Amino acid sequence: MREFAYARPASLADAASAFANGGEAAFIAGGHTLLPAIKSRLRMPDTLVDLAHVAGLTGIARDGDRLWIGAMTTHATVTGDATVAAAIPGLARLAAGIGDPQVRNRGTLGGVIANNDPAADYPAAVLALDAIVETDRGSYAADDYFQGMFATALADGEIVRRIGFRVPQAAAYAKFRHPASRYAVVGVFVARFADGVRVAVTGAGPGVFRWADAEAALSTDFSAAAVKGLTLDDGDLNTDIHASAEFRAHLAGVMLADAIAAA
Amino acid sequence: MQTRLTINGQDLSREVAPATLLVELLRDELGLTGTHIGCDTSQCGACNVLIDGVAVKSCTLLAVQADGKAVTTIEGLATGDTLHPMQAAFREAHGLQCGFCTPGMVMAGIEIVRRRGPNVDAETIAHDLEGNLCRCTGYMNIIKAIEAGARMMGETANA
Ligand SMILES: Cc1cc2nc3c(=O)[nH]c(=O)nc-3n(C[C@H](O)[C@H](O)[C@H](O)COP(=O)(O)OP(=O)(O)OC[C@H]3O[C@@H](n4cnc5c(N)ncnc54)[C@H](O)[C@@H]3O)c2cc1C
Ligand code: FES
Ligand code: FES
Repeated sequence: MREFAYARPASLADAASAFANGGEAAFIAGGHTLLPAIKSRLRMPDTLVDLAHVAGLTGIARDGDRLWIGAMTTHATVTGDATVAAAIPGLARLAAGIGDPQVRNRGTLGGVIANNDPAADYPAAVLALDAIVETDRGSYAADDYFQGMFATALADGEIVRRIGFRVPQAAAYAKFRHPASRYAVVGVFVARFADGVRVAVTGAGPGVFRWADAEAALSTDFSAAAVKGLTLDDGDLNTDIHASAEFRAHLAGVMLADAIAAA
Repeated sequence: MQTRLTINGQDLSREVAPATLLVELLRDELGLTGTHIGCDTSQCGACNVLIDGVAVKSCTLLAVQADGKAVTTIEGLATGDTLHPMQAAFREAHGLQCGFCTPGMVMAGIEIVRRRGPNVDAETIAHDLEGNLCRCTGYMNIIKAIEAGARMMGETANA
């Protein structure tokens, strides 16, 4: 039988100390990655530290050219939030396409970003929107934060507090979803800023990454025509039971065109 | 861990092992076996319940995470002998065959009305059922049932 202790701290400091004193501890946010992993014995923590009651991890606010979203904000909240819709409508649409309605009622932005599943959707937005990941210990630029499959810059026990997305002139996400899991077989997030275009790709490789050739082409001409025929190098991409690297390389070009059309 | 919940309108305070899933508390400890377990991967929706009126998968939530909240299961929808409009619509529209997925489908239907309103169209219903699997019906009658249930919920609300 599974067995673990459970802590319900109310502050970041208490959460950090519950984690430090909890043996093999894990934070739990929405639990929609962690609990399936515990059920299948992929994770066997001694202690779960629940972030649901920790102050300061929720809230959505625009501050200058940044849209800040608290780590514990659910996908459903982002989907329906007026501030998000006004600042970065493409981000609200991305959230609306995660999993299914019941998953969106529980899953959180912070949970996705801490987990960094190579097929998750939000990492593409965080990277393309040049976001800042703010934690209880400091902050990271998105370019430094993601470090490959399930790997991030977070230290053991570090807590994501909120994400600050840079508000673009235009942005959109397109994903080819796996029909059963809803995760991205390939997803492409395009963001146009006054000083250039950023393009991030998820699902295709071992972790989210920027697509330099697409960024260069789109920065001079933001149109599908500018990237027509552009594909990724399939040498770096995933082959699994769902799709070959070659298929993913082609799909990335198709998703890129879709994202540009939607931006 | 001492946990307090309201389940189908009744207050409950009891010791719950932290690793207990909400669905395990409901089924194994409280005998509320209307909530089903159809998968091990959080994908089928047979376990959907309402927490403070919002549909969630009770197989992917610890009972202790529901502390202080109001849980509604399929057993708690009817008022005496009067079925909830969404339940009545499933019976009317023949929205089930074996019935295994039905409790989760009814909860998903109520969730769709909460988010989309009572005039939600069939296409939206089909899309929003992406987290619910049925091995029998081919979904068409489930969609019809939810559409009819939504309208009835609208009428009840206006009555
Ligand atoms: C059926 C199903 C379909 C899904 N489909 C998709 C999909 O299409 N696209 C997609 O992107 N995702 C999908 N998901 C994943 C979903 O978005 C999860 O909710 C998400 O990956 C994790 O968020 P969570 O809040 O549930 O995190 P949890 O499961 O609670 O935690 C995940 C990990 O992050 C850590 N953590 C959580 N919050 C913090 C924090 N604030 N600071 C530090 N560490 C933290 C935890 O310790 C844990 O290791 C799906 C999940 C399911 C069950
Ligand atoms: S039993 Fe909960 S989703 Fe299948
Ligand atoms: S009616 Fe049998 S699984 Fe849906």
